[in-house]
Amino acid sequence: MEHPAAIASFVNIGERTNVTGSARFKKLILADDYEAAVEVAREQVGNGAQIIDVNMDEGLLDAVHAMTTFLKLISAEPDIARVPVMIDSSKFHVIEAGLKCVSGKPIVNSISMKEGEESFLEQARICMMHGAAVVVMAFDETGQADTRQRKVDICARAYDLLTGIGFPPEDIIFDPNIFAVATGIEEHDRYGLDFIEAVAEIKQRCPHVHCSGGLSNLSFSFRGNETVRRAMHSVFLYHAIPAGLDMAIVNAGQLDVYDTIDPALRDACEDVILARRPDATERLIALAESYRGKIASEEKAAAEWRGWAVEKRLEHALVKGIDADIVADTEEMRARVEAEGGRPIHVIEGPLMDGMNVVGDLFGSGKMFLPQVVKSARVMKKAVAHLIPYIEAEKQEGARPKGRIVMATVKGDVHDIGKNIVGVVLQCNGYEVIDLGVMVPWSTILETAKEQDADMIGLSGLITPSLDEMETVAEEMKRAGMTMPLLIGGATTSKVHTALRIDPAYDGPVLHVLDASRAVGVASRLLSDTQRDGLVADTAGEYDKVRIARAKKGQSELLPLAEARARGFQPDLDRKPPAPRQPGLHVFPDWSLDDLRETIDWTPFFRAWELAGNYPAILTDDVVGESASALHDDAQAMLDRIIAEKWLTARGVCGMWPARRDGDDVLVVGSEGEMRLPFLRQQVAKSRSEDRRRANFCLADFVATEDDWLGGFAVGIHGIDDHSARFRAGHDDYSDILLKALADRLAESLAERMHQKVRTELWGYAPGENLSNEDLIREKYDGIRPAPGYPACPDHSLKPILFDLLDAPENAGLELTESFAMWPTAAVSGFYFGHPESQYFGVARIGADQLSDYAQRRDVDMEQATRWLRPNLD
Amino acid sequence: MTIRQQFLDAASARILIKDGPYGTAIQRARLDEAGYRGSCDLSRDQKGNNDLVNLTRPGLIRDICRSYIDAGAHVLATNTFNANRISQADYGAEALVEEINIAAARCIRAEVDAAVARDGIPRFVAGAVGPTNKTLSLSPEVEDPGYREVTFDEVKDVYRQQSAALLEGGADCILVETVFDTLNCKAAIMAVRELARDLGRDVPLMISMTLTDLSGRNLSGHTVEAFWHSVRHADPLAVGLNCSFGAEQLRPHVQLLSGIADTLLLAYPNAGLPNDLGEYDEAPETTAQLTGEWARNGRVNILGGCCGSTPEHIAAMARAVEGLVPRSIPVPPRKTRLAGLEPFTMAA
Repeated sequence: MEHPAAIASFVNIGERTNVTGSARFKKLILADDYEAAVEVAREQVGNGAQIIDVNMDEGLLDAVHAMTTFLKLISAEPDIARVPVMIDSSKFHVIEAGLKCVSGKPIVNSISMKEGEESFLEQARICMMHGAAVVVMAFDETGQADTRQRKVDICARAYDLLTGIGFPPEDIIFDPNIFAVATGIEEHDRYGLDFIEAVAEIKQRCPHVHCSGGLSNLSFSFRGNETVRRAMHSVFLYHAIPAGLDMAIVNAGQLDVYDTIDPALRDACEDVILARRPDATERLIALAESYRGKIASEEKAAAEWRGWAVEKRLEHALVKGIDADIVADTEEMRARVEAEGGRPIHVIEGPLMDGMNVVGDLFGSGKMFLPQVVKSARVMKKAVAHLIPYIEAEKQEGARPKGRIVMATVKGDVHDIGKNIVGVVLQCNGYEVIDLGVMVPWSTILETAKEQDADMIGLSGLITPSLDEMETVAEEMKRAGMTMPLLIGGATTSKVHTALRIDPAYDGPVLHVLDASRAVGVASRLLSDTQRDGLVADTAGEYDKVRIARAKKGQSELLPLAEARARGFQPDLDRKPPAPRQPGLHVFPDWSLDDLRETIDWTPFFRAWELAGNYPAILTDDVVGESASALHDDAQAMLDRIIAEKWLTARGVCGMWPARRDGDDVLVVGSEGEMRLPFLRQQVAKSRSEDRRRANFCLADFVATEDDWLGGFAVGIHGIDDHSARFRAGHDDYSDILLKALADRLAESLAERMHQKVRTELWGYAPGENLSNEDLIREKYDGIRPAPGYPACPDHSLKPILFDLLDAPENAGLELTESFAMWPTAAVSGFYFGHPESQYFGVARIGADQLSDYAQRRDVDMEQATRWLRPNLD
Repeated sequence: MTIRQQFLDAASARILIKDGPYGTAIQRARLDEAGYRGSCDLSRDQKGNNDLVNLTRPGLIRDICRSYIDAGAHVLATNTFNANRISQADYGAEALVEEINIAAARCIRAEVDAAVARDGIPRFVAGAVGPTNKTLSLSPEVEDPGYREVTFDEVKDVYRQQSAALLEGGADCILVETVFDTLNCKAAIMAVRELARDLGRDVPLMISMTLTDLSGRNLSGHTVEAFWHSVRHADPLAVGLNCSFGAEQLRPHVQLLSGIADTLLLAYPNAGLPNDLGEYDEAPETTAQLTGEWARNGRVNILGGCCGSTPEHIAAMARAVEGLVPRSIPVPPRKTRLAGLEPFTMAA
């Protein structure tokens, strides 16, 4: 999983540095081999642990010595010490010794009321003095909490005691005890369910706390049967996380994706964990036998081309993107090359690159399209993955890549479809791509580029604040004295912005790359001795022209703000929509994906894959029709699986609140009182301004100064991470990008469907509306749903206010990054304006007077406001 | 009214000015060894022991303090950056640590009280506590990364001794400054909190981090945000950045901390970067212009100077922020904010 730690909702705690949980780690510590033990920690963090649990409770060890030695050693390793530590011991003096070695803010695991309130509070005070968060076990003077009621009672009592001494509630993590189920003892049957129910109740009763648990106990009865244990853990988390479980101590590598578990086993596990039937245990035990050492096998379909010579088969597989036999064919080729005295690298340099060259030629000449190229890349990656061990065993220099490119989506932004596509295309063409993922700070980008001796850096971003961040990267590259080329791409980037803002900030070449199909051309020319200087000079000349044109350009005249306001739009107030039938918040925790599939707008989907044309005509287009049809088929097949196997969950919330207009602001009465939503007004002077359709619009115009209503919504598609990780692990970028693109479409579809429900039922100002899907897509309805960050409402920073009104984190599971990108990425949010004359427009350029007025209305300083509105300023 | 409340009231009325350094000013007095030593019976060479001057030349310290008060400072720190047992061991003067700190606090207290009596403008005495020259997070031995020269409890005791003496001499609060090692700072926090508990009263803390590189980490490797997560439990009256670089280089880091710290923001940069001769030659107007911009953007509550700053720098800063509205303290959502070297925030 590559999502950034800060916004992941479920926390992965590494458990490999725990002597009670890892036999290997215990052996290393007992043998005093701390050097190897430190490597275990490094591996954990490398594998994605967000916190590492350190436990030295072993009878043969001096636990204080082992704990402090290990903590001091890992604090000298920046790539381990970057994550917080969980100091884990049942002995408080070991914990205290550990606290004295940890420089960040750690978690203590654990304290409890086992020995009474006095010693509990004393221990809590010490943790507080050290600034540590604590795990509190549901344990009191009479023992461990087993039933739901006991768990809740003990945690509530501990909560009241802790907050009573000033312990910050957000630093409390309850562990309500996960016990073994399916033990054959009837009293244990409800242990799983009791835990899950208790978590929900504790979160309700004790504001701001988190809940955690040690997972391995649960499946204790099935020791030795990993398939069943993994399934039980996954099923348990599947139900416990929605109930409020925030973190678990678990080996992340040993979890299954819920949807990929054999349905029979999954049901049996669910019966046990949720105590759904009295014979659940016997049934699971019976079923478990059949999973011992079972290996899944798949039948392969034979086809005519399978009879061809192996080189032709490789080429065919690459061009057609068929990966079913690629490993076998690659191996056959490798064995033959070896028998002929060649080296494994020759397989790549010879037949595989030949095949990819065919792909590259077809793509370059417009006979193959992006979706197919990405599929080809998947096949290539699998072939190369098979050869790498042989190449490494040979200990010779691998194929020298044509060039090495560091790519990243900049800090604050989480969008990566476009970046992944460019990465794949470059890889197909023999470039080595070091993909740093999303939300990457400039320091990491620069460090990696230097360490890896990269030939160039590629930056990507989708939302407007990312433009600023790209400028920062350029400035920092200049400060670091770098000269390598900087490539800029992503939906909001442009040649103009690159020329005006990024190019002047950096001394090396800066090139805006319009789309994936240009990336290879640009990269190859930059790395060519003969073409590089020409390209760099041409581009610099082009950007100079842009700058000169921009400086000369008689920009359209701006009206003074007061005058623009006087020319605002005046809606017909008699047509004001009625009060909503059902005001307030409406939460949709699981909107039917079947339903959303019906209203998908496919045209933007094809655009994401760089296929131009409108749906459905695109399917029969002379040029791209075949490629578009194949992509559409794959998309439909994946949608079938997404729905049948419930990969994704569509969540959303909408609300309608009393509102009134105050100048260019709308005041909205939400659950926490009146909130101010400042909007921006068009300031460009318009001809024929007496025509009310040519007014200087502001969204506030569509709301009456008294007794009116405003709505808002936020929707998101959850659950892609596990599948995305699975695809990437299988070298399958094609399915990964397909899934992300489909999730985006489902989010848009949900936004559309929810708006429809609002118009016809919840607000109900258009009860009789009856539109076809095409009419929906063409927005042939009354009212609009503009989104922050889009032309009518360009300031992304309104999202936090909208999210507050909707309590979107709670109600739709959505979070915002520091640049106001939404997470998960497949998400849409916006406002509902119900007046039938409300319409979309672009605010475009605004003047300094509106900027300072807006800063005041938002109660921020000019610097902040300038940053937010930069795309709308000169 | 408690000192904490008085300070908060003063800080809500204006951007407060903190003084500049003592080292630079003492050097200008060009004392010889005997001038430093006075009548103290110490076996080692005392030249350069600026902290000892509190005892041997209190008049000089009071003169420097007055020059900062005249320049417009409201927060006056004691001249005690190295007045702790660990650092004084280099001069063989460990036995004098308590005396030095009491004397230092009394000097500043007397000048501050006199000034307040004159004009009624609220001013405060900050007992300055330096980082010591030992680190709890790093090993001095390359071969043995697990080795430490000192223990947490030793460092905590050192801080406790110094803080208690500063309070005894009349300090209003403790300023833990130039924090290059976050764990040392956590030991200081614990020392002061235990001291406050034993004294039965609130002892407000101010905490100021120093960066070792432009990417914004201190010596123990913490980013500014991770540092704030790691010390927030101190409930400090102010948190900030000092030393490291000049105002120009410190700007992005002050801006970052200003956006996340739900307490007063303190910043006192050096007077630019040292020139080829190791001297600071940034003009007072330049420093004042750079820090004034922070003030105009609402990023700071307390502004002062570190290495190389003179009373002229402080006076220029005071003029530049006159009448400007102090930074309003942000109210971040309540979340579990943990830290390794980097911050980690759990979803609410």
